[in-house]
Amino acid sequence: MDGHLLSMLIWLPILGGVTVLATGPDTNAPVARKLSLGISVAAVLLSLPLYTGFDKTTAAMQFIEHASWVRTFNIYYSLGVDGISMPLILLTTALTPIVVIAGWEVIQEKVAQYMAAFLVMEGLMIGVFSAVDAVLFYVFWEGMLIPMFIIIGIWGGPNRIYATIKFFLYTLLGSLLMLVAFLYLYHQSGSFSILEYHTLPLDINTQILLFIAFFAAFAVKVPMFPVHTWLPDAHVEAPTGGSVILAAILLKMGAYGFLRFSLPILPDASHALAGFMITLSLIAVVYIALVALVQEDMKKLIAYSSIAHMGFVTLGFFIFSAQGIEGGLIQMISHGFISGALFLCVGVLYDRVHSRQISSYGGVANTMPVFASFMMLFAMANSGLPGTSGFVGEFLVILAAFQVNAWYAVLAGTTLIFGAAYTLWMYKRVIFGDVANKEVEKLQDVSTREVVFLALLAILVLGMGVWPYPFLEVMHVSVENLVVQATASKL
Amino acid sequence: MIRNMQLVYLAIPLVCLAASLVAGLFGPRIGRAGAHSVTILGVALAFVLSVVVFLDVHAGNRFNGSIYTWALSGGVPFEIGFLIDELSALMMVVVTFVSLMVHIYTIGYMHDDPGYQRFFSYISLFTFSMLMLVMSNNFLQLFFGWEAVGLVSYLLIGFWFKKESAIAANLKAFVVNRVGDFGFLLGIAAVLYVFGTLDYAAVFASAPDAVALQFRFLGGDMTWMTAICLLLFVGAMGKSAQVPLHVWLPDSMEGPTPISALIHAATMVTAGIFMVARMSPLFELSETALTVVMTIGAITAFFMALIGMVQNDIKRVVAYSTLSQLGYMTVALGASAYAAGIFHLGTHAFFKALLFLAAGSVIIALHHQQDMRKMGGLGRVMPITFLTAWIGTIALIGLPPFSGFFSKDAIIEAVHASTLPSAGLAWLALTAGTFVTSFYSFRLLFMTFHGKPRMDKETLRHAKESPWVVTVPLVLLAIPSMIAGALYVEPALFGDLFGDSLFVLPEHDTLARIGAAYEGKHGIELVLSMILHGALQPPVILTLLGAVTAWFLYIKRPDLPDTLVRRFSAIHGMLMRKYGFDEFYERVFAGGARRIGHAFWQTGDARLIDGLMVNGTARSVGWISGIVRHIQSGYVYTYAFAMILGLVVLLTWMLWS
Repeated sequence: MDGHLLSMLIWLPILGGVTVLATGPDTNAPVARKLSLGISVAAVLLSLPLYTGFDKTTAAMQFIEHASWVRTFNIYYSLGVDGISMPLILLTTALTPIVVIAGWEVIQEKVAQYMAAFLVMEGLMIGVFSAVDAVLFYVFWEGMLIPMFIIIGIWGGPNRIYATIKFFLYTLLGSLLMLVAFLYLYHQSGSFSILEYHTLPLDINTQILLFIAFFAAFAVKVPMFPVHTWLPDAHVEAPTGGSVILAAILLKMGAYGFLRFSLPILPDASHALAGFMITLSLIAVVYIALVALVQEDMKKLIAYSSIAHMGFVTLGFFIFSAQGIEGGLIQMISHGFISGALFLCVGVLYDRVHSRQISSYGGVANTMPVFASFMMLFAMANSGLPGTSGFVGEFLVILAAFQVNAWYAVLAGTTLIFGAAYTLWMYKRVIFGDVANKEVEKLQDVSTREVVFLALLAILVLGMGVWPYPFLEVMHVSVENLVVQATASKL
Repeated sequence: MIRNMQLVYLAIPLVCLAASLVAGLFGPRIGRAGAHSVTILGVALAFVLSVVVFLDVHAGNRFNGSIYTWALSGGVPFEIGFLIDELSALMMVVVTFVSLMVHIYTIGYMHDDPGYQRFFSYISLFTFSMLMLVMSNNFLQLFFGWEAVGLVSYLLIGFWFKKESAIAANLKAFVVNRVGDFGFLLGIAAVLYVFGTLDYAAVFASAPDAVALQFRFLGGDMTWMTAICLLLFVGAMGKSAQVPLHVWLPDSMEGPTPISALIHAATMVTAGIFMVARMSPLFELSETALTVVMTIGAITAFFMALIGMVQNDIKRVVAYSTLSQLGYMTVALGASAYAAGIFHLGTHAFFKALLFLAAGSVIIALHHQQDMRKMGGLGRVMPITFLTAWIGTIALIGLPPFSGFFSKDAIIEAVHASTLPSAGLAWLALTAGTFVTSFYSFRLLFMTFHGKPRMDKETLRHAKESPWVVTVPLVLLAIPSMIAGALYVEPALFGDLFGDSLFVLPEHDTLARIGAAYEGKHGIELVLSMILHGALQPPVILTLLGAVTAWFLYIKRPDLPDTLVRRFSAIHGMLMRKYGFDEFYERVFAGGARRIGHAFWQTGDARLIDGLMVNGTARSVGWISGIVRHIQSGYVYTYAFAMILGLVVLLTWMLWS
């Protein structure tokens, strides 16, 4: 059994999702909900051995599975994790039950389909993080877009069609170029094994072309400036659960791609284009933060905040130091918790008032004190307050950036000011103040169900902030190895 | 014994944290009495243990060690740990003592407030954070505490979250502090870059070797030491409200008065002073940084005091006084008289907390009236508040033998003895500042407690002395305000109160130069000769002059102030507008950021990226397909024509090549 842990993690939610789908019409909704919760919790439990059984002393792939898939083209069903992908799988399994609980009463139509979509997506996302074969990776990568389109397209807001098409066009264009890159690499090496690509010699021009192809796929997903504009639209139209998964995990796939493909396979191109990548990252941190400041829609504000925070991730990666990469990875996980939590907070308000506009609120603390406390914590975490997970990644990346060029750190450090300004200004207008209108006056504080998912995320945010050591510990060897790969020239 | 002491160190902040969590999470269940009992018990225990630690440190037991490794990245360990030496032990005693007084006082002050439990939870959380800050043995934890006290300050300024002015003030406080923290964090990054570690002891040990390291900056050379010190000092300017990052502190008065006393007078705002003193082994190595520190401090000390002269809100007078006094402390740091700066921090903590709490006592007696123009004659009604306010005032203006005299005089003397280029002007600013300090302080006393009552009859009839939970802390703070100066001046300035925790280069040792004048004198003899010496110096004379001026204007000729305001309306207007900092920041920074944000969003995102690139791509695809569609007409002859055309082109090409 142990030998197939990753497969079980991928297929349990997918097959589970199909089973949930089989419960059929909404008359069976309670069954669908309970079944989904059971499956997602089972996936959490199943993923724990990944951490406890993880060998921290090796950078090699672990929990390997290897089976022939398409022999003619040397395609394998090949799975494995290292210290970079393992934490991301745990992030995925941790957030899915939260999304299931968050949709519990909120989703009343097509419940089974909704839950099934998330479960299938969970399995596919785990597949993305554990695939070591390029074709398998590509299949999971593209496959997981389908449930996402469905989630936004069916349970989304009024402008959902525009949002999904924009999302689709953006990501498809990028993915196709990535596929071309894979085909080229196969042509060169006769293999689809990602690990083999790591040692494949490539001249600088080829590397740069491949880098651009990968960049198209990954930068759109992260998203990096200037290919970020699909994200605010997608978030605004997505239902709460969709936003949570989108921000918490889907964006991480792009960043993960840079670590898995661009840095180790194309070290020389990565170095040659590092200045470009760092510039885009810093634009994300500064430019996007200023755009976030003036948003009037809470979801858009958090979406822009996500882009700014993801700027730290790519900044950390293209510094090529262990501290920067680990900072970026920690930022990915932390951002998963915090942005997820903030979208859930907006969802809690939206379910009651049916508005995402900041101006529809004011003085929520008067009627929802418990909710206000939770949102305070997440707002502070989003502002990077020490003691919350939001601080750790930004701190490490700023420290690492300073070692390379103090001006990078200066620009990145402005997040201390802007991050606090846009997050707390929104908080002030929504939560503080006297009761603004009748809707706010009627608000009911959070229910037990809502407290459950908010408290779970609060524990994660605080736990990681107070003691990030265990999160970093598993990354060290893999990241050190990656730094070696990324700094060793292939020319 | 040593093992037990480590548990004591750990227990001091943790009891406060535990009490805060209990009051915060179980507030409704344990009730009001439960909340205040548990938090007061916690902080009282922390105070007693801090005294134990203080005595233990002075018995020779210092401690520097890690509690746990917070993170390890890139081979650099980031630790959470304690450095217990003379400096931190003294800060622990001051923090827990003032906090305890404020906890007790709060029972009376917040008596009717619906957020009672929440308030106690916050102030205990604050005490925890402040203790973590002062007990830290490394820059990471320092930053933790630094930001955590900022968080609690934010929560408490906005405690009355329905009040628009309060929630504007707390946002402003947090963001302005973040500007300081931005510099502070870069300073920490620079420390890591230069020294490869964030551990105080390791950094201080290798600081002398790093003194010559330079980098190019704006066409000139700058030493890393100067850069580090200046960046760290930007943090101190935020937290300790030095010009131009001072704008948040006056507005923070929107918070409940106990907070103004605890956080915005006695402890949190002095974190910057403490930090620079703690970093003395670094600051000593950069005269540029010391000069900047002294200049900023002098500007703050004098110009903020001037604003205090025209304020009518009783708390705002005390707030501007705090700004000014923080400036005095900062100047002391610049003059390398770290001991004098921390000494003044300590005495100021007592008398300024006292003044705030006394002001609060007046405010509750008058049912939340804070305008001094509607006070007057309260001396007879509230004798204890009145008496303790007088004691606080005399301590603040620095008349011997009260505590402020010794600490403030030491600072002015130290500046006098300093050889930095800015020392002359700084001395002038501080000396002139004594007149202003005395004037606004007595103006406050006279307008509040003396003269004819100016409130309506109903309010006057209800005005009475505050309950014992309020007056007892006043009395307990009045005692050190009177005697702490005389008692500790010798060990603080010339003795071993700080042991080796502060570092001064011999060529900067201004306090030693002062001490030379008192060679061979000790104990009461030293105190007396300091008083004799000080009594004839300009500061004390100007102080008396300021008091007389205030008396003349507010008791003898109360009609005169209005005439003067009219006569000097330009100056008065400028002071009322606080030199225009607020308008400038609001218009340029806050407004500017919003305008740029809008421009980026509407032009960059919407028009350029979405309009031109995304939708443009979609449109051009549509346009091209519109043309291409004509080709796919479905008519066979069109296709046949195309085929023939293609064949011709192909044949031509083959023939030519």
